[in-house]
Amino acid sequence: MAVSAKAARKAKRKKPRATSETHFDQHAPSKLGAASLALLKSRNLKRSLSLVLFFGIWQLLCVTQFNFLINFAFLPSPIDVWSATITFFSGNAVVHIAASIQRVLLGFGIAAVLGVGLGILIGWFRPIEDLVFIPLELLRPIPAVAWIPLAILMFPNAEAGMVYITFLGAFFPILISTIRGVESTDIVLLRVGQCLGAKQWHIFKDIVVPGAMPNIASGLVIGMGNSWFCLVTAEILAGRFGVGYLTWESYVTSNYPPIVMGMLLIGLMGLLSTLVVDRLTKLLMPWRVTKKQEF
Amino acid sequence: MATLIEKPIDTLMKGSVDVEDLSVVFKRRDQYGPLLVLESTSFRIHPGEFVCLLGPSGCGKSTILNLIAGFLKPTKGRVLVDGYTVESPGADRGFVFQQYSLLPWKTTFQNVEFGLKIRGVSRAERTDLVNDYLNRVGLYNHRHSYPHQLSGGMQQRASIVRALVNSPSVLLMDEPFAALDAQTRHMMQELLLNIWSDLKSTVIFVTHDIEEAVFLSDRILVMGVRPGRIKETVEVNLDRPRHLDIMLSSEFLNLNRQVFELIREETLKSMELG
Repeated sequence: MAVSAKAARKAKRKKPRATSETHFDQHAPSKLGAASLALLKSRNLKRSLSLVLFFGIWQLLCVTQFNFLINFAFLPSPIDVWSATITFFSGNAVVHIAASIQRVLLGFGIAAVLGVGLGILIGWFRPIEDLVFIPLELLRPIPAVAWIPLAILMFPNAEAGMVYITFLGAFFPILISTIRGVESTDIVLLRVGQCLGAKQWHIFKDIVVPGAMPNIASGLVIGMGNSWFCLVTAEILAGRFGVGYLTWESYVTSNYPPIVMGMLLIGLMGLLSTLVVDRLTKLLMPWRVTKKQEF
Repeated sequence: MATLIEKPIDTLMKGSVDVEDLSVVFKRRDQYGPLLVLESTSFRIHPGEFVCLLGPSGCGKSTILNLIAGFLKPTKGRVLVDGYTVESPGADRGFVFQQYSLLPWKTTFQNVEFGLKIRGVSRAERTDLVNDYLNRVGLYNHRHSYPHQLSGGMQQRASIVRALVNSPSVLLMDEPFAALDAQTRHMMQELLLNIWSDLKSTVIFVTHDIEEAVFLSDRILVMGVRPGRIKETVEVNLDRPRHLDIMLSSEFLNLNRQVFELIREETLKSMELG
């Protein structure tokens, strides 16, 4: 059932891209339509195959107790993980998942607003860059784990501390990408604005910010993933709920299959939320063309 | 901002350009030291005139254009447009760049509309004006396309009307057709003359293409290299309106040869200097 739902989702996802491709090339719509349809089919096939391969090889390595450089003998196999997943979903899975999603989205949301806002200001105004950039760069390399003690001291409750740590994960990639995007504004386009009589505000709104959008979008995509990346760290902090908490808790009690399940769940939610961010930012940039090599 | 320095020269028509004793020195940090890009250059362009700046690469022709536009500040001398000293870029001087200067996130219509929008022209007026200009250059049916969906020639047509729709006193063009293929280039040249004959704004057109300069201009300022300066002025007295077939006429070919001889020496010099 899960598989068919996924397939349906994939099919839905594919559709807009196919139409936009035919829209670009107006000369051969029918031919291109048929060709891209075939391509889509084969791409979906390849993508599902990649998952089958991934889990198949993993199962095989566990069953054969593979032990060369990496030891698979003690690792839970996909089947172990699957049964742990079924146990989890027959319990209060929804509460855990909802708790984690809420933290990540809150942290990411705040990071997106602050990261894009501050990034634009730093990228555009030299005095603001001079004022805040070095302290921010100083804080950037500090890993989320190192923030745990301070997060406990800084915030009134554990929930806020956890949101703060997921925020940290997303904030810096968004900030840096935004700054780079603003700084890479094409000088020709700035001159175009000046020659049309644009003052600072119009140059900023109509040239600098849209020009930085592709960079901002990649910052948001990376930031979304990084928020999930920091989830386990965040949920070590405290709490009784959360996928990260569950993963950590299972480690403490030496119950290994749920650890891997927790890891994969985080991976899956990260994947899906990143996809959503990617699609939404693409909707904001209908003017962008992306070309990729097809083999 | 422009300040009134003296009484405007051509009070009846706008679009006069006075370049007075202009010198530009680029500071370089390498072993060669400061580079004199442009040396004491003076000329006057009358309202409604079509003038080409012609010369080999490195002669400072784009530098002159950038000075008139206000992108660069001269080391010495000044530029006056309609009697006002140029201090910064402004909407009175439209600029058409070599290529890729449409805002990629705006449609053809929005690109052309941008200057009017900045000036606060009402939506209805904007729409009429933009559509009229797009019609003139055959882009009306592409008004909702994004730049990447247009060919190079279409993009340059859009850039030209984007500048013209603001009715600038002077239209500055920096090798606008250099990146186009020969056929498209010829069509664009004819199209440009058509629009210009309707609007009669002053045009300063930078090119290194002799044929292009002779075909388009009333007057050619032939430039020399190292240091950049005006070497000679060639009057082009071919009848207007001009069509592509005049390129085969003996008058055209004679002018072509004359300019070619003038520029040959400079080209050799610029190649030796690298």
